[in-house]
Amino acid sequence: MKFARLVLANLGRSKRRTILTALSVTVAFFLFASLRSILTTLDANAEVGSEARLIASSATGITFPLPQAHINRIQAVEGVKSVSWSNWFGGVYIDQRNFFAQFAIDSDSYLAMYPELLIPEDQRRAYLGERTAALVGAGLMERFGWRLGQTVTLQGTIFPGDWEFTIRGVYTPENPSFGDESFYFHYDYLFERTNRQVTPGWFTIQLDAPDQAAAIGSRLDALFENSSAPTKTETERSFQAGFVTMWGNVSLLVRAIGTAVFFAILFVAANTMMMAARERVGEVAVLKTLGFQNGTLFGIVMTEAIIICVVGGVIGIGLAVMSMSSFRAIQSFLPGFSVTPGTVWLGIGIAVVLGAITGIVPALQASRLSVVEALRRV
Amino acid sequence: MPFVEIKDLAMAYYRDSQKIAVLEGVDLEVEEGQFVALMGPSGSGKTTLLNILAGLDKAESGSVIVDGQNVGAMSHKQLAAWRSRHIGFVFQFYNLLPVLTAFQNIELPLLLTHLSKQERRDHVRTVLDIVGLADRADHYPGQLSGGQQQRVGIARAIVSDPSIILGDEPTGDLDAASADEILTLLQRLNQEYHKTIIMVTHDAKAAERADVIVHLDKGVLTA
Repeated sequence: MKFARLVLANLGRSKRRTILTALSVTVAFFLFASLRSILTTLDANAEVGSEARLIASSATGITFPLPQAHINRIQAVEGVKSVSWSNWFGGVYIDQRNFFAQFAIDSDSYLAMYPELLIPEDQRRAYLGERTAALVGAGLMERFGWRLGQTVTLQGTIFPGDWEFTIRGVYTPENPSFGDESFYFHYDYLFERTNRQVTPGWFTIQLDAPDQAAAIGSRLDALFENSSAPTKTETERSFQAGFVTMWGNVSLLVRAIGTAVFFAILFVAANTMMMAARERVGEVAVLKTLGFQNGTLFGIVMTEAIIICVVGGVIGIGLAVMSMSSFRAIQSFLPGFSVTPGTVWLGIGIAVVLGAITGIVPALQASRLSVVEALRRV
Repeated sequence: MPFVEIKDLAMAYYRDSQKIAVLEGVDLEVEEGQFVALMGPSGSGKTTLLNILAGLDKAESGSVIVDGQNVGAMSHKQLAAWRSRHIGFVFQFYNLLPVLTAFQNIELPLLLTHLSKQERRDHVRTVLDIVGLADRADHYPGQLSGGQQQRVGIARAIVSDPSIILGDEPTGDLDAASADEILTLLQRLNQEYHKTIIMVTHDAKAAERADVIVHLDKGVLTA
């Protein structure tokens, strides 16, 4: 602590340089926290689905519907507890840019299968009791400033026309990675308004025992193998992970660009710190003449570098936390997107280590300095 | 036994394989409380001798005993600790840290002691009074004249109450009036506070203030 004033005075020697160096570290750590959060969110989303539920979609592709008749045949398979069915609606709310996921669901069976959707009991009853009711995620309600009981009109793209819904329920997910920006409504409404022309997009199957998932999945696919609509059945988790792998290249790109920019900025910061140390060679020599030990000088220079990196890093991570929480639009694409405590602590740890790495060369130079040589140059 | 005893001291630098002798067979004895002026032309080895005395440089051969301690036998770590307790160094160009105030510059050697903050403050106030700069404590070096900066430099050199003060041309960068003030201050430290002083100087007038004048020419002590 005795040397704190000396450390602070050195940091204040060239305020502009110190601030700019800290700012470059801030940018590096803002990037680190933001880009790592994309990756951690992708990983979390890949884990969000249940192993006890199967998804059976068309073997041809997710956009191809399956016949209603499959329901009873799936239900009859041993080990299947219940079956639900859903459809992608793909409507537009006012403008194309207001994207959010909309699902027509067989509400009774679906909500029974998804206890992780937390809905107040009165709202659940109100939703189930009204044909045009909608169940909306809390995040989506906040995003558009919707209220319970409000009528919302979506323009159908796959199913043309204006579709009116009354918001009767608001859900919050048990796990943030599940997302709170989806819009659910009754499959029956879709079925009837399309003159019963629509068939399910996929089936969600609740199992008696999760360890039977692979066997039952294979049995179901075998059951429909020679039908007009063969299925591809997988656990909900691997179905979800399949969506996440579509981000695969983006993830690699994010990692590569992030790493390159991060290190480029840090090399600049390290170089600046070395330049600053070089300018103080004479002063270090004077301190040695006064009796300062090599270890003390090493510690002082090292502390300066660590302070710059930690202050810059904490500000950068803090900015990432603040901006990510206010950046709601991304929640539609990456549910649960946030800077995790793990990222914050990892960032601070990296800041300390990088401070030590960037400080080690100037600190060694200071501690190994020949006083006589340096004083000759003063 | 003399306070400072230098015996048969030799020092050389090597450029490629060529040996350049800086000091040769230097013998010098300084009594406690003596004020010695070390004179000689540029390149005569004055500063090198001072650096060896302060333990900043190592002699090639010979011995340096200060207050009974063999300086040449100490490790770098021991020398640093010894310097902080026994040596006060005054530089030609003051060498104050520009980011610290006069008070903070003077306090630097005390950071290496076990003194409390209050004790450090008391010591600094005392030496600021001695050098006549009590009202400039919060000024930065850039806000002080050359003479005032050197007085801060002297205050820094004496704040830890060292046994010996080494001055490397302490008046070399000052005008005549300021140089006179500094020499008077050094003389006062010698006479009132009985500090042993060894001062390197080019200036014969400055050297006259010392009790003893020794000359160094081409690495050899001549008188």
